[in-house]
Amino acid sequence: MRTITVVGGSLGGYSAAQQLRAQGFDGRLVVVGTEVHLPYDRPPLSKDFLKGQIGTADLALGEQQDFDELEAEWRLGEFAARLRPADAGIELYSGEQIGTDGVVIATGASTRVLPGSAGVGGVHTLRTLEDAQALREELTTGRPNVVVIGAGFIGAEVASSCAALGLDVTIVEAAELPLARVLGTRLASACAALHSEHGVAVRFGAGVEELRSAAGHVVGVRLATGEELPADVVVAGIGVQPNTGWLSGSGLSLHDGVLCDSGGVTDLSNVVAVGDVARVFRPDLGRNVRTEHWATANGQPRIAVRNLLDGITNEQHTDMPYFWSDQYGVRIQFAGFVHPEDDVRIIDGDIEDRCFLAQYERDGRPVGVLAFNHPRGFGRARRQLSRPTLDVATS
Amino acid sequence: MFAVCRTEELPPGESARVVADVPIAVFNADGEYYAVDDTCTHQDASLSEGFLEGCFVECPLHAAFFDLRTGMPTCLPAKRPVRTHAVTVDNGVIYVDVTPRRTAGQDAALEQESVA
Ligand SMILES: Cc1cc2nc3c(=O)[nH]c(=O)nc-3n(C[C@H](O)[C@H](O)[C@H](O)COP(=O)(O)OP(=O)(O)OC[C@H]3O[C@@H](n4cnc5c(N)ncnc54)[C@H](O)[C@@H]3O)c2cc1C
Ligand code: FES
Repeated sequence: MRTITVVGGSLGGYSAAQQLRAQGFDGRLVVVGTEVHLPYDRPPLSKDFLKGQIGTADLALGEQQDFDELEAEWRLGEFAARLRPADAGIELYSGEQIGTDGVVIATGASTRVLPGSAGVGGVHTLRTLEDAQALREELTTGRPNVVVIGAGFIGAEVASSCAALGLDVTIVEAAELPLARVLGTRLASACAALHSEHGVAVRFGAGVEELRSAAGHVVGVRLATGEELPADVVVAGIGVQPNTGWLSGSGLSLHDGVLCDSGGVTDLSNVVAVGDVARVFRPDLGRNVRTEHWATANGQPRIAVRNLLDGITNEQHTDMPYFWSDQYGVRIQFAGFVHPEDDVRIIDGDIEDRCFLAQYERDGRPVGVLAFNHPRGFGRARRQLSRPTLDVATS
Repeated sequence: MFAVCRTEELPPGESARVVADVPIAVFNADGEYYAVDDTCTHQDASLSEGFLEGCFVECPLHAAFFDLRTGMPTCLPAKRPVRTHAVTVDNGVIYVDVTPRRTAGQDAALEQESVA
């Protein structure tokens, strides 16, 4: 391969570019990214950056020297509009055509926006540096009343950061118990309890009916229960959708992400996908999974790039999903593939103390681990997780 | 020199954190003692909380591996070495030298810097 184009200039794309060089690709390397910035890290956006504890420079994923070493052509602020397998090219929105022999798709995901929020001031989502800067500016002007919609990890982190800024915060969630489908009821309860413990008002099991605005700015959120919460700032953490629009008509299979084989290779052997946008087949589970975690976007490129350079799937993704979240001074870490029905066993510490290690077990075997403020135990337990087996094999 | 703890307080596979000018992590890797700067060179995780495998420690946050003998990272996302410190045992007490030790890997990295 003489030219490889990486589309997406965030964690997954940067890691892919690094891996291409680390694995010996010495041809022309082009990185296309819609954002004008060199790769930066998103996790701090909802945490230390929002709290004002770190600045823009601290977010950089590498130092200038690291970026220089890649000897890549950066097309920043450029949008890949089309992938054209027939004439082996990427077409940018600007009209430029990039002739390429291989492609890494790393276009990630975008936040879902709240219905009825278009053109209403004070309503935010959080994905990019600009999102975080705009939100931080409003949070630090006066003493706004904040309503966070969605109590998943991002919503919970935003609520926690707003509380740390001394603001009045209410977190609203349609489910009776947030994260119950991900963590099971017992541990989801432990996460949910953190909010009220830290002075954040909660409305769980409450759908949002309507945003109320006056003079183009949000003033409140009306819930399905009829209650109206006053709000100067609303943050919606209601999930993301993978950025696959530019791939329609390319012939690649798309279904909530770019479908890949177990090695990250798409329908075309010279096109691979990584990170939040990739829906990868897991032979160990017998299904496709799309994972929205930092460690996945950082780790998948090693294998996908190898398969791209080899022209065939020689290595498979077998890593256990891992993520962490920081809320109210608690570091939450989770790994594994779990069902809400798995048995949960506390193997060290106490839920009440906010310092514990819990293991999910299925048929007596560990399949997942969740820790609150217990990084050492977590690292050890993570390694002892069993590889999931096909459901057919266990039944 | 800093007294860390008694040897029996640091069994194999365990680590201790001491705060000198900067925090230092001290490990017992299967009977050999090593010390490195506690703060990961990638972001600010504490390596004394990492998982120890042989003489390598895995950062508890983003899973970079560091060779405790040299301080060099063996995989991304960390790219810079952590500084290493000499450890001695005297009369059953573990001591760490808080001035960083220069290792081959770090010398090479430093040399490159001075050439550049
Ligand atoms: C606020 C926040 C906090 C988070 N905290 C944590 C955490 O604590 N722990 C954890 O495990 N994970 C966390 N995550 C998740 C983690 O950041 C993501 O999983 C990771 O960023 C995914 O990387 P990616 O490169 O696949 O996608 P993205 O980071 O979404 O990057 C995709 C890039 O592609 C660009 N792009 C899209 N379409 C095109 C196109 N057509 N042409 C060119 N470029 C395009 C986008 O502009 C973007 O820059 C957090 C995410 C957010 C937003
Ligand atoms: S903080 Fe250690 S690898 Fe990121």
